[in-house]
Amino acid sequence: MIEIDKINENNYLLITVSGEADASSSIHLDKAIREAMDDNGPNILIDCRQLEYISSAGLGVFMSYIEEISRNSINFIIFGLSEKVMKVFGILGLDQLLIIKDTKEEAIAQLDAV
Amino acid sequence: MKITLTPKFYMRLSLVLAVLLWLIGTLIDILQLLADRSDVNLGINPILTKLIESVFLILVMIYFRYRISTTESGNFIDLLWRVFATGLVTTIISLVIVLFYSTIEGTPLSGNPFVATFFKDLNAALISVFLISTFTVWKRLILYQRTKKLIYYWNIFEAAIVLSAFFTLTELTLQNSLVFELIFAAMAIMAILLSANLKWVAYLNFKQKWKGILLILLITIYIFYFFNSLYVGTSDSESFFNNFDSLFVLVLFTFILFYSIFSLLVILFNLPTSSVFEKKMEEALNFQRLSQSISQGENEEEIFEVLLMSSMSAVYADAGWVEINSPSNDNQFLTKQISREEINSVKELVLSAKSRTILKNPYASEGSNDRVIVSLKRYHYRSVFIVPITLQHEVIGFMYLLNEVAESFNKEMINIINTFSSQASVAIENFRLMGKAIENERYQEELNIAKNVQRQLLPEVLDHNEAFDIHAFTEAAAEVGGDYYDTFKLDNNRFAIVIGDVSGKGTSAAFHMSQMKGIFQSLVQMDLSPKDFLIHANTALSKCLERTSFITLTYFIINTDKKTIDLARAGHCPTLYYNKRKKTAAFLENKGLGLGIMRNDTYKNFVEQSQLTYSKDDILVLYTDGISEAKDKENEEFGYDRMCKLLEQNAHYDPVMIQKVFIGKLYEFCHDTDLDDDYTMVVIKFK
Repeated sequence: MIEIDKINENNYLLITVSGEADASSSIHLDKAIREAMDDNGPNILIDCRQLEYISSAGLGVFMSYIEEISRNSINFIIFGLSEKVMKVFGILGLDQLLIIKDTKEEAIAQLDAV
Repeated sequence: MKITLTPKFYMRLSLVLAVLLWLIGTLIDILQLLADRSDVNLGINPILTKLIESVFLILVMIYFRYRISTTESGNFIDLLWRVFATGLVTTIISLVIVLFYSTIEGTPLSGNPFVATFFKDLNAALISVFLISTFTVWKRLILYQRTKKLIYYWNIFEAAIVLSAFFTLTELTLQNSLVFELIFAAMAIMAILLSANLKWVAYLNFKQKWKGILLILLITIYIFYFFNSLYVGTSDSESFFNNFDSLFVLVLFTFILFYSIFSLLVILFNLPTSSVFEKKMEEALNFQRLSQSISQGENEEEIFEVLLMSSMSAVYADAGWVEINSPSNDNQFLTKQISREEINSVKELVLSAKSRTILKNPYASEGSNDRVIVSLKRYHYRSVFIVPITLQHEVIGFMYLLNEVAESFNKEMINIINTFSSQASVAIENFRLMGKAIENERYQEELNIAKNVQRQLLPEVLDHNEAFDIHAFTEAAAEVGGDYYDTFKLDNNRFAIVIGDVSGKGTSAAFHMSQMKGIFQSLVQMDLSPKDFLIHANTALSKCLERTSFITLTYFIINTDKKTIDLARAGHCPTLYYNKRKKTAAFLENKGLGLGIMRNDTYKNFVEQSQLTYSKDDILVLYTDGISEAKDKENEEFGYDRMCKLLEQNAHYDPVMIQKVFIGKLYEFCHDTDLDDDYTMVVIKFK
């Protein structure tokens, strides 16, 4: 099961992902990010503090946007990954391609730095 | 000769003994007569004659008990016929005796007491046979629908009857013994009470009832005739049977007579309602036909046919049709006794009719599910009953039942039609499900073929030389999976080994896995370095993987000459390595990125190649995330630490044993949770 919330903050869109992103539920994740990419400004923050598990299909969703993010110079920042989930990102090598921060404050700071 | 104690044996034995006893009894009677004449005391105890008589009766009872076997529904008339036939034979013999007497009228023979005694004994024995056979048939009828209580009462009654056969030994007579009278009265009351069990009558159809009435009427006449010939007949001659004083015979007469009269009356009064009962039976049978039509491999049209026929006969409809909606406006019709032109005019009249009753279907809420009764004026069909046919809450058609009589559909009929139509829906639903099940089975077959094909994509023999042992194990959650491993002999001392995992599961993963196999087999021949291999593989896969799919891979080149391992990791789970000298296991975590994630030439920036030197008894464990991420009930992962420890503890084993320990521990860990990923493991141990 996955739960996705979208909140428009001052200068960014905050997507909160909680639960488990597996083969079936990551479709919702993909839809949410797709909409965010299409409709919103260049700043997207993904809150993964409640994300308990991510499967390869869930990783595939993040992976599929990497090129679009760099092409359209979108600030796509993921924060609050649990140790376990972070390890999965790390093994696959996604930490080299996505901006991943520990806390929301750091993520916002990163946003402001750009 | 070995005698088997079958019912047939008992039947024959009792018959032979009964005939013998009768002959002995008759002989004694005649001898007694002879002795009386010449004033000679034969010295035969009168008790003996009576005992012979009693035993004779019991033997006849035993004989018929086996002769008339348990009743099956429907052969009641056969049973009655049997009683009738026995009575007929008895009557004929009895009449022949009378006739014989009238022919020898006046001759000395007619006055001969020996002849008289013989015939009287014969007659009495035959009547006893008739009484007992009738008694047995009545018993079968009474016990047709058995309840514990009924069987209990019956057993008491039958035991009393058996005992009463020996009652003559007491020398008590009806005329001068109160005990006799009381016992007789008690048994007669029991007989009357038991005679109320007439459930079998309900199972007779109209024709059988008439036959039954006729047979029972004749049987009753026999009873009166025999009673008359036994008790009103005049002869002072000594007789083997002293019937008038036999409690047994009296009770049997009473019981048989009461039951005959009761049955006669009940059948008579049931005659008018038998058509209703038959109708109900027919409805039940039709209902069964509807439920069974699936198993007989009938198609949907045949189910509608059965529905229409059953419904029409249930409501005495004069005509009717079933109309099944079709998306192309070309509705399918199944008609009975009505033409298409008439159907159209009836439908028009129905639409314009003012007198209509709408009956809510208690099981559905939508308006389209209502049954409608319409009264038509100025048309030869006066009432129409319209029943929707629904399939999974969706109306797929209507059944129209027409009657020439106005207001001809009553509540019972509507109820039965409701049951028929819902049963038909169930039947059709089952029919369609069956079709789907067959189709699914075909898919399953296809998947099994895919499974076999995929098995062959994984190497059966792993390339290696005497410098190391290698063993692989793989298992997929579904029929096909996305795990991949392979080996290639580059030259005598160098071997390429690869392990990979396609993102996702099942069929799509399996297709990508086969692509990976192709890429490995072509690129490996170029003898590339592990890093170059990954870069080329990434380029090749970027063109054929779907957007959200990627493949993780680790590529090894083992050089047994230099004792080195070169490896590059493309986002695959870090390899577990056991160092014999340090006696510790650790993960080889070099930088890497999954294949198909960066689909351009920057990919080379994200991978690195490393080299290590191995020594004797070092172990390399390659695996997929199915193992490291396997979860137990509490959602805890099998994890890297557990794997490390497990390898350290079992490093002394050979690769096969190490794999077995790992998978064994994994199953133990996942105990009760379903296997939901593919898992693969390759163990290499250096020598």
